[in-house]
Amino acid sequence: MSRAILQDYQALHPQGAPQAGWLGRLRQRGLDRFQETGYPTSRDEDWRFVDLAPLTGAEFRVGGDSPAVRPEALAPYRYPGTECMLLVFVNGQFVPGLSDLGSVPAGVTVGSLASITARQTELLGHHLGRYAPIESSGFTALNTALIADGLLLHVARDVQVPRPIHALFVTAGDPAGLATHPRNLVVLEPGARASVIESYAGLSEGAYFTNAVTEAIVGDGAVLEYLKIQRESERAFHVGTTHMRHGRDSRGTSHSVSFGAALCRNNLDVVLDGPGVEAQMLGLYMGRDRQEVDNHTSLLHAHPNCSTREVYKGILDGRAHGVFNGKIYVTPIAQKTDAKQTNRALLLSDHARIDTKPQLEIFADDVKCTHGATVGALDQQASFYLKSRGVAGPLARKILTYAFAAEVLDEIPFPAVRESLEAVVMARLNARGE
Amino acid sequence: MSPSPESSVESLVNREYQYGFVTDIESESLPPGLNEDVVRTISAKKQEPAWMTEWRLKAYRRWLEMKEPHHWANVSYPVIDYQKIIYYSAPRTAKPLGSLAEVDPELLRTYEKLGIPLSEQKLFAGVAVDAIFDSVSVATTFKETLRKQGIVFCSMNEAIREHPDLVQAYLGSVVPPNDNFFAALNAAVFSDGSFVYIPKGVRCPMELSTYFRINTADTGQFERTLIVADEGATVSYLEGCTAPKRDTNQLHAAVVELVALRGATIKYSTVQNWYAGDAEGKGGIYNFVTKRGKCAGDDSKISWTQVETGSAITWKYPSVILQGDRSVGEFYSVAVVNGKQQADTGTKMIHVGRDTRSTIVSKGISAGQGNNSYRGLVKVLGRASGARNYTQCDSMLIGNRCGAHTFPYIDVQNPTAAVEHEASTSKIGEDQIFYLKQRGLNTENAISMIVNGFCKEVFKELPMEFAVEAQKLLGVSLEGSVG
Repeated sequence: MSRAILQDYQALHPQGAPQAGWLGRLRQRGLDRFQETGYPTSRDEDWRFVDLAPLTGAEFRVGGDSPAVRPEALAPYRYPGTECMLLVFVNGQFVPGLSDLGSVPAGVTVGSLASITARQTELLGHHLGRYAPIESSGFTALNTALIADGLLLHVARDVQVPRPIHALFVTAGDPAGLATHPRNLVVLEPGARASVIESYAGLSEGAYFTNAVTEAIVGDGAVLEYLKIQRESERAFHVGTTHMRHGRDSRGTSHSVSFGAALCRNNLDVVLDGPGVEAQMLGLYMGRDRQEVDNHTSLLHAHPNCSTREVYKGILDGRAHGVFNGKIYVTPIAQKTDAKQTNRALLLSDHARIDTKPQLEIFADDVKCTHGATVGALDQQASFYLKSRGVAGPLARKILTYAFAAEVLDEIPFPAVRESLEAVVMARLNARGE
Repeated sequence: MSPSPESSVESLVNREYQYGFVTDIESESLPPGLNEDVVRTISAKKQEPAWMTEWRLKAYRRWLEMKEPHHWANVSYPVIDYQKIIYYSAPRTAKPLGSLAEVDPELLRTYEKLGIPLSEQKLFAGVAVDAIFDSVSVATTFKETLRKQGIVFCSMNEAIREHPDLVQAYLGSVVPPNDNFFAALNAAVFSDGSFVYIPKGVRCPMELSTYFRINTADTGQFERTLIVADEGATVSYLEGCTAPKRDTNQLHAAVVELVALRGATIKYSTVQNWYAGDAEGKGGIYNFVTKRGKCAGDDSKISWTQVETGSAITWKYPSVILQGDRSVGEFYSVAVVNGKQQADTGTKMIHVGRDTRSTIVSKGISAGQGNNSYRGLVKVLGRASGARNYTQCDSMLIGNRCGAHTFPYIDVQNPTAAVEHEASTSKIGEDQIFYLKQRGLNTENAISMIVNGFCKEVFKELPMEFAVEAQKLLGVSLEGSVG
């Protein structure tokens, strides 16, 4: 392990600060684990499709004081048409001046993990680190060792949060060599309802490293709408891991949209920990130039009568390389499981490449599980149809590519966010210069 | 009230393995263990030329450096002690035989029990048989008819002696000796196998067939099969097997290589019904096989069809390298696991040439405590413009102590390629059985009908006589095993 990481760890516990306390112990376990395993390599089956060397070979340090960011700089990432409770983190640290929570309804605790109070510790301490095990990967262990700040949301029983909570993580200033390890915790008690937007943006270009971990607990009968948007600098490294645990009869939709980063890895791990859950996992990723986008999802059907739907789509251009690995595991007791997985990839150039690996592991007999994967160029019949209507060439290709992406974006329930992301897709297609 | 489906499952699942008998023939075996001398002795016993001995030794040395793969396949088994395996065993019928009358009657009775069409009346059925009894080829029929067409169909040993140019040109060209652990082991110690060469433009007039049979206890069988179809040639080859009941596990590490030159077509069909072990999972064959075909020329085609019902562990991936432009690869598979059987099987389709096409249809049926995995790779390289693949893998689970797994890998490096993959998992519904029962079928027949319907797309690819056998096999393995 590099000395930089050790120094970052020691900085969290300056001289004399107690190593005890639940957070100290958690960090220590994370550090021990990371010291043991280090970063994963392409020899690990879960990481075999991407070359992590540019990331793991470089040295990244947690930053000091965050640079000043003007509110206007955040505008493209704020989606003002959708009224949100906004929390802004700059280079990993919560900045109250840029944030705007408005009025927080009763029964809702929302804020920065760094400013956790004693009462909240009691409420949340036993959740943190419980759903994102340090054993799951070296990145999660590292994040755990360096837990400092992130979104904290707790919604009490049967409380509905009217506005989405938007946690915006930006990297600004001179970001080269900078590491941030955001750690988010979302707890919905039974019957609660909330929407969370977790977004990452690079305000300046540079080779920095974001290593985020989110734990979300959806209590019995609760409803969570979760949206993760990754718009990092195209020179940055992004590893984002989300662990979601669903209680009985809960509902949840997770959207994942990735545009940025030189190397992006999204892990989504969903555990259906009670019967009657309905869950959806939707994803869109775009890669161009030499971008690498790796999406891993894992879905555990541990109880009967759950239904899930998963749709992931990728658009790859230039020499971009995309990966989709979707695992569905059905335990012997998870009868009447209904799981449907679709993943599709569009290759726009001769040198774009996709690896996909859907994976079903089924141990119950009374289940309906299907998965479908397609890879290819644009549908020739659709192109021909457009041509017969007088639309041909680059415009037709643009329309069809846009439609391909829109199918996933259409399901985002916040109109302003949806429109803004659709505009990003359009801008990228326009920038192809055909 | 009719008896519950479960009771008929019980009766069928508990059915004894029908082909479990041991032929009592004196056999000549080497002591267990493997070293360079054993490799040399095997080569000497086969009266092989020096280049072949050298080839084996080279493979053996490579094997020593390799590690047995354990980490990736979805199977588990105790550690194999390669020094406890007998690498050579031959029935004592050393002199070459001219007619069936000269064959040991004990052997002939064995074949009869297995239903191998060696006897006169079966010859009219148009099946030429190269029967393998343990490690030595004892009788080859229809040779003359084939010879007239210039077709070579003989044991691998004979081919090494009689057709060294062909063997040297193609042996190891598709599965190199250092390809993987078991292929290297096979290359070092392979005992015998079949060799087929179809000359330019010849359509083989009959289905070629070989029956394998593992006999002497603790004898690993290491067949090596090589089929070469020259330009414009066509051949269909059948492989089928049963094995007698044994307590210790028997290792079977075969290698099959197919080479299709320009415009040639090879169809390779397998029905595998080796001993799967008893109800506790004791005994049974370890079937670790490397099968690969190369569509070396333009417009060539290779088609694999397999029905896997036996073996304690099946671990095989019949693959096709689609090198020639417009070449076609196909893989049709039915894999059944029951009891404690494990199967990790699938295919690889490597698209190298332009406008190459491949089709994969895999049907996995899991019952009892069996675990069935489909593992497949579809790879489209940058040059393979216009490549097409269609994959369908369906699983059926019978009972809730079994498992079905799919691990499809798709790697596409060309934008004009179109790759489609579909997979589904289902069970035999009580409503389906009820429907058939109220049409007058009993539970067993109803299940047999549903399962056969599930596998129909694969069975229709099998040659006629195999299709019948496969349906019966499936019936024996599964009938009634539904809850």
